[in-house]
Amino acid sequence: MNIIIAGGGKVGSTLVSQLAAEGHDLTLIDWNKTVLDRTINDSDVLSVQGNCAAMDTLLTARVKEADLLIAATNLDEVNLLCCMTAHGLNKNIHTIARIRNPEYTQQIYKMRDSFGLSFTVNPERQAALEIEKLLKYPGFLRRDTFVGGRTEIVELRLDADSKLIGIALSEMYKTVKARVLVCAVVRKGQAYSPKGDFVLESGDKLYITAPTANLTALLKNLGVITRKVRRVLLCGGDRISFYLAQLLEKDGMDVTIIEQNSERCRFLAEELPEASVSLGDCSDQARLEEEGIASADAVVTLTGIDEMNMIVSLYASSRKVPQVITKIGRPENARLADSLALGSIICPREISSGAIVRYVRAMQNQESAAITVHAIADGQAEAVEFLVEEDTPHCGEPLKALKLKPDVLIASISRQNRPQVPGGDSVFLPGDTVVIVTSGRGTIRSLEDIFA
Amino acid sequence: MNFKLMGKFLSQISALEFLFMIPALVIALSLGESVAVNAFLLTMAIIAGFTLALWIPCRKGGSSFGIREGMVCCSAAWIIMAVLGCLPFIFSGALPRFVDALFETVSGFTTTGSSVAADVTAFPRSILYWRSFTHWVGGMGVLVFLLAVSPGEGGKGFTMHLLRAESPGPDVGKLVPKMKQTARILYLIYIGMSVLNLVFLLCGGMDPLDAVCTMFGTAGTGGFGVRNDSLASFSPYIQNVTTVFMFLFGVNFSCYYLILLGNFKSVFKDDELRFYLLLIFASIALIALNVRDLYATWEETLRHSAFQVGTIMSTSGYATTDFDLWPGFAKGILLLLMVFGGCAGSTAGGLKVARAMLLLKSLRRNIRQVLNPRKVQVVRVNGKAVDETVLDNANAYLAAFVTILVLSFLVLMAEGMSIGSTLSGVLTCLNNVGPGLEQLGPTCNFGGLSDLSKLTLTADMLIGRLEIFPILILFSRTTWKRK
Repeated sequence: MNIIIAGGGKVGSTLVSQLAAEGHDLTLIDWNKTVLDRTINDSDVLSVQGNCAAMDTLLTARVKEADLLIAATNLDEVNLLCCMTAHGLNKNIHTIARIRNPEYTQQIYKMRDSFGLSFTVNPERQAALEIEKLLKYPGFLRRDTFVGGRTEIVELRLDADSKLIGIALSEMYKTVKARVLVCAVVRKGQAYSPKGDFVLESGDKLYITAPTANLTALLKNLGVITRKVRRVLLCGGDRISFYLAQLLEKDGMDVTIIEQNSERCRFLAEELPEASVSLGDCSDQARLEEEGIASADAVVTLTGIDEMNMIVSLYASSRKVPQVITKIGRPENARLADSLALGSIICPREISSGAIVRYVRAMQNQESAAITVHAIADGQAEAVEFLVEEDTPHCGEPLKALKLKPDVLIASISRQNRPQVPGGDSVFLPGDTVVIVTSGRGTIRSLEDIFA
Repeated sequence: MNFKLMGKFLSQISALEFLFMIPALVIALSLGESVAVNAFLLTMAIIAGFTLALWIPCRKGGSSFGIREGMVCCSAAWIIMAVLGCLPFIFSGALPRFVDALFETVSGFTTTGSSVAADVTAFPRSILYWRSFTHWVGGMGVLVFLLAVSPGEGGKGFTMHLLRAESPGPDVGKLVPKMKQTARILYLIYIGMSVLNLVFLLCGGMDPLDAVCTMFGTAGTGGFGVRNDSLASFSPYIQNVTTVFMFLFGVNFSCYYLILLGNFKSVFKDDELRFYLLLIFASIALIALNVRDLYATWEETLRHSAFQVGTIMSTSGYATTDFDLWPGFAKGILLLLMVFGGCAGSTAGGLKVARAMLLLKSLRRNIRQVLNPRKVQVVRVNGKAVDETVLDNANAYLAAFVTILVLSFLVLMAEGMSIGSTLSGVLTCLNNVGPGLEQLGPTCNFGGLSDLSKLTLTADMLIGRLEIFPILILFSRTTWKRK
């Protein structure tokens, strides 16, 4: 597809490298020559220097031949104007804008058509939603949902005292007493597609798929604490914190925010009547103790500085806080921190670029039936959801009789919205929803592609 | 330095040369030139051995390709192409000495067209074909060709660094987002125009093999002739066709892409193209006035003036008349055009019209700056302000160009030729033109020079084709330092 990306900032540059790797024709618009030069050297893209909201610049970037425009500059107003102009020049173009100011949420929803918007992303809000999901169902580092929320792929890290250490996957059922499927394991940064004789070690990150009910049983039998989160401590009071506090208030949790800037504190206190907002430096351990870090059920570090977030999270882990979530701005820092006790890691720019990449794939797959796509195992594999059609080959044949591609695994089959963990005798029928896990990114475009 | 990756890349280049030689072998077989057949077979065996020797240890090379690797790969690829490509000349006995054969091959690949051979009609015709073919592939560039045909997308940054090193001009860009697509478009335009040129030549009743060779020389703006008097003894029609196509191949290829897209407006408004056309018409007019007494009719005067301007400006180097006999003023203009060369992004050599334009404009700015030091001024091309780094690079390029010119001039002066011959000889090689003046004029050749002079000029041709820096960095210690 022919895609224009306006703005080469955090989200823009992540998108460029991801979409270029998937073989799209990309044009990047930015006013900053240094940004453009760096991007041209790293990825196979065309660059246009200028103001992305100006008609001239958009015409130079051949907006009339483009299929999609992604406006990801750091200014909402510029993004909106950019999408409006592009839509005015090319009626058939899809547009995605990054809109982060909550004050615009309503008008964007109501005036979508006059803005010419197809889709909006709000990195902070999406990160907040992701964190909320983790806090509502604690125990896992990450959850991706399929089949309308009935099937999930979760990330589980094995600590040194886990019951699963030294156990082969084929023996796993005896310990966890729940039907689950391990579809990928990341060990020391390398992803594996495990077979039955794969023996688990401390530090492994498992990607498990199962119906949601089975996952709850898994956590219980593993002895992972699933106590409901009641007291949450948010370190840092920026936008994510604001959105998150709103969400958590609705869920009935008790939220404390520590923020350094007194004006920001004032604003938060005004806007969030239920939350307790306190002024202070969260790198100060005495201050954290004062706010009751030791008795918190969860600590989320959300300051703008990665190092600070990591330090505070390490301290929270040392104080035996049951659930720790760390926001990391640069994904490469997240990979570096893999061996540290930072709990779940949330990277807003990867979340929003992930959402955009999913939109792009959905646009591409309009004829095939990929419903959802999630990148798992640190981006080394992906899980794709398909609807089985009448003309899908091998319907009704048992899985053990099918020849699949070596890097493909059928993770779940749902019939009438009842998900199952597939076995050798399982079959899929028209109307079923199937979740596939594959290590080849972007190679499985339709369900027919999985057969060898 | 990622030597394994470079080895893998260079093995692909030599494999490509193997494929390029197949048509020459077929021609040799069909004409029954047994000496040439043996020469090509032996060369291809050597190339195959070299390719395997490089490919086997390096086939698992990684994919991290930085700017250093790109530049070194580019120069190494051209040197390897030249060394392997000169073998048929040696084995067939056409040019038995290595230095001569290397000079001839480098002159071919760099689309210079200077020759050391006194009598090319004595060469086997398949060897003549190979000699001209090097022009065609060298014109658009062998790395661009590899990029267009190789499967896969290449590693990160792989393609851009290579293209930058090989493509002529001050500011290298892409036509479409994908590098590979850009390379394909360039080659398709190139092939389309070459075929058109060939059809026109065949319509003029030219012998097919001669027509192919002449087309190769025109398209690549090389200029190896198939006769000793270049194009002088061909019909005026052939000469005029060649004149037009030499001008066409000296134009930036992205202009043709814009025409294909139907965007005529930006083509007409292109500053470089306008300056190029202005230079062409002004030079033809001035030369025609200057040499009008030498020819019988106005038709002949104009034809010869236009052809000579075309051949020098596009840096081809054919000749239809001995322009060394022209008056001084006409020769002066030709010498100036030699330095200007064709447009950036064309197959021509020289300083490039775009760069010359930038230099003149920044000179004008500096003069105004002296008179009015507080005024803020920008240099504009096509109505857009030019980045200062591009101007700095153009100035640095000129400095490097002059330095190399002076050094080569000193070496060549040891031959004891006149200053005019020596200077024009160095200029013609450094700008990939072909013929010089006086003792190195269009009716003479470079065969009488010493080995040292030939090697110096060989290096000059490579330096000129790759635009100086890729070759110069081979001699920088930083290039070879471990990272």
